[in-house]
Amino acid sequence: MVNRIAQRFADLKAQNRAGLVTFISAGDPDRDTSQAILNDLPENGADFIELGMPFSDPMADGLAIQHASQRALNAHACMTQTLQMAKSFRVNDTKTPLILMGYFNPIYIYGTERFAKEAKESGVDGLIVVDLPPEEDQELTDPMRDAGLDLIRLITPTTDDDRLETILKGAGGFLYYVSITGITGTASANVDQLKPRLDHLRRKTDLPIAIGFGIKTASDAAAMARICDAVVIGSSIVETIGAIHDGSKTVQDVGTQVKALRNAL
Amino acid sequence: MSEQAQQTSNSYRSGPDERGHFGIYGGRYVAETLMPLILSVEKAYKDIEDDPSFWSEFYTLARDYIGRPSPLYLAQAMTKHLGGAKIYFKRDELNHTGAHKINNCLGQILLAKRMGKTRIIAETGAGQHGVATATVCALFDMPCTIFMGATDIERQKPNVFRMKLLGADIRAVTSGAGTLKDAMNEALRDWVSHVDDTFYIIGTAAGPHPYPAMVRDFQSVIGNEVREQITEREGRLPDTLIACIGGGSNAIGLFHPFLDDPGVAMIGVEAAGYGLDTGQHAASLSGGKPGVLHGNRTYLLQNEDGQITEAHSISAGLDYPGIGPEHSWLHDSGRVSYAAVTDDEALEAFQLCSKIEGIIPALEPSHALAHVMKIAPDLPADHVLVMNMCGRGDKDIFTVADKLGVTL
Repeated sequence: MVNRIAQRFADLKAQNRAGLVTFISAGDPDRDTSQAILNDLPENGADFIELGMPFSDPMADGLAIQHASQRALNAHACMTQTLQMAKSFRVNDTKTPLILMGYFNPIYIYGTERFAKEAKESGVDGLIVVDLPPEEDQELTDPMRDAGLDLIRLITPTTDDDRLETILKGAGGFLYYVSITGITGTASANVDQLKPRLDHLRRKTDLPIAIGFGIKTASDAAAMARICDAVVIGSSIVETIGAIHDGSKTVQDVGTQVKALRNAL
Repeated sequence: MSEQAQQTSNSYRSGPDERGHFGIYGGRYVAETLMPLILSVEKAYKDIEDDPSFWSEFYTLARDYIGRPSPLYLAQAMTKHLGGAKIYFKRDELNHTGAHKINNCLGQILLAKRMGKTRIIAETGAGQHGVATATVCALFDMPCTIFMGATDIERQKPNVFRMKLLGADIRAVTSGAGTLKDAMNEALRDWVSHVDDTFYIIGTAAGPHPYPAMVRDFQSVIGNEVREQITEREGRLPDTLIACIGGGSNAIGLFHPFLDDPGVAMIGVEAAGYGLDTGQHAASLSGGKPGVLHGNRTYLLQNEDGQITEAHSISAGLDYPGIGPEHSWLHDSGRVSYAAVTDDEALEAFQLCSKIEGIIPALEPSHALAHVMKIAPDLPADHVLVMNMCGRGDKDIFTVADKLGVTL
């Protein structure tokens, strides 16, 4: 089977545009609403989907995603449900790459081999584990390789050349460039500062590069799209989902927001 | 115990390995943004390990500012009352700021200074580590931000006021249950956002490598002093060491220098809260299983989906769902045994010690003492038992009064 992530980046290149990566937390604010939002994302313009695996202690996330995770857990989200949601999504969409993102403990407790196998069977293409640096990820990379899943690694403004080499070894899918030294949904990234970093990175790797953290609006996204292959939007989307939970927005509002982001690219 | 569980050279004292692992525990499970910083802390720590000028400054301040060595006190009334083992208290509650926490803070702030860091952050539960951190920051004129759960701020008001007097900025953390775990999440988030100028003084022997080893080494001043003091008093090593365990820094500080002495038994005492079978406790080893949180793999309280659960203990200092990774390893290897004591048992020990020894212990070592009360009566009179009195109870009088139905 063709690798969906590679195929999607090839398509984007042919269209000469950057892709839109949307993040939602699986099961936020409840399973049915979350599944409906997830299923509609491709039609509304998402080129890739990051599906967050909720965790009680999301240490790299700002308030928006902390709250998203908590709403999902309050509605009894769990790893089994997250994988079922992926499977349901795949019934009508066989092309959009689906990437699970989260923290290591729920994966470790589920069992790394069982997780990799079932994620693949559920139609998942890749995985981002925020608190698993290359030094610690071997127990996950082996089962993932066996299952045929891409391990997507993070590069940050603090990553120096020595670490870059360690990170690139074994990195798959694409590189996730964390644009700020901080947590998700806080400071805004600056394109002029990022450009030289991205240029440097391009000289070291052929992997596509997505930029995430600190990109909020359509105009932020448009600016970033000029220097990378894909732009990740998370906190601002889950804030809309939070408003659905509070009753002031609807599932259609997420669609409208995603369409606007996509049109800006 | 299995050979596999032992570290190299047949010693219990050689861990962690190069990557910060104690067997399968420990490690560096942090966001990539923090990795270069964690590696630089490790390098700085390696540099000072054999640097006499660092340790000379450390021991001078430990003597003149903290008041070390702390006395080793033969608790005669307690010994007589229990009618068995000969009981000594290591009096770390007499340290400046009233607990063992400052030993570690002093070491870490000296390291932070060497690294050229200009801002300090810390998490705190009971407030003892926060007070100790704020104290060394006042001493070295460094700005200091303390993250503290909103629930803990409510139940530890005297320590909150102390920290403010010392010049610290207190940040109330409202996520989760608003206790120590949540404060640590928030401190890590702050650190990720201020990697250039900030040093994170972690308060216990947990977190990403090198913290568990580094905190242990700074706290080992406790065990090293006991070794010298007990040899002088008894002409031999003790039979049993006992200490309470939240994250486990006072316990590892007492135990570590004795780990390779097979004749010395060691018992770590966790907080059983309302009882291990109620699910409302803070006993990670007795009631949890291995997982990954706050930068290390260790025993954690968690549900079947890997979500971390809230700990409960009457003692805010033990109210943490994890434990230092070296304890997890010592537990699995069998070298140290671990017990658990309920809120009520600790409360009883708190009152007894106050009445018969004239020492008001903190609720944390009251757990250790409650276990001493359980085992000492059945031990012979020549059995030498050393318990770490790791903190004093002034901070706890409001909690205890409330429990006893007394209005202050």
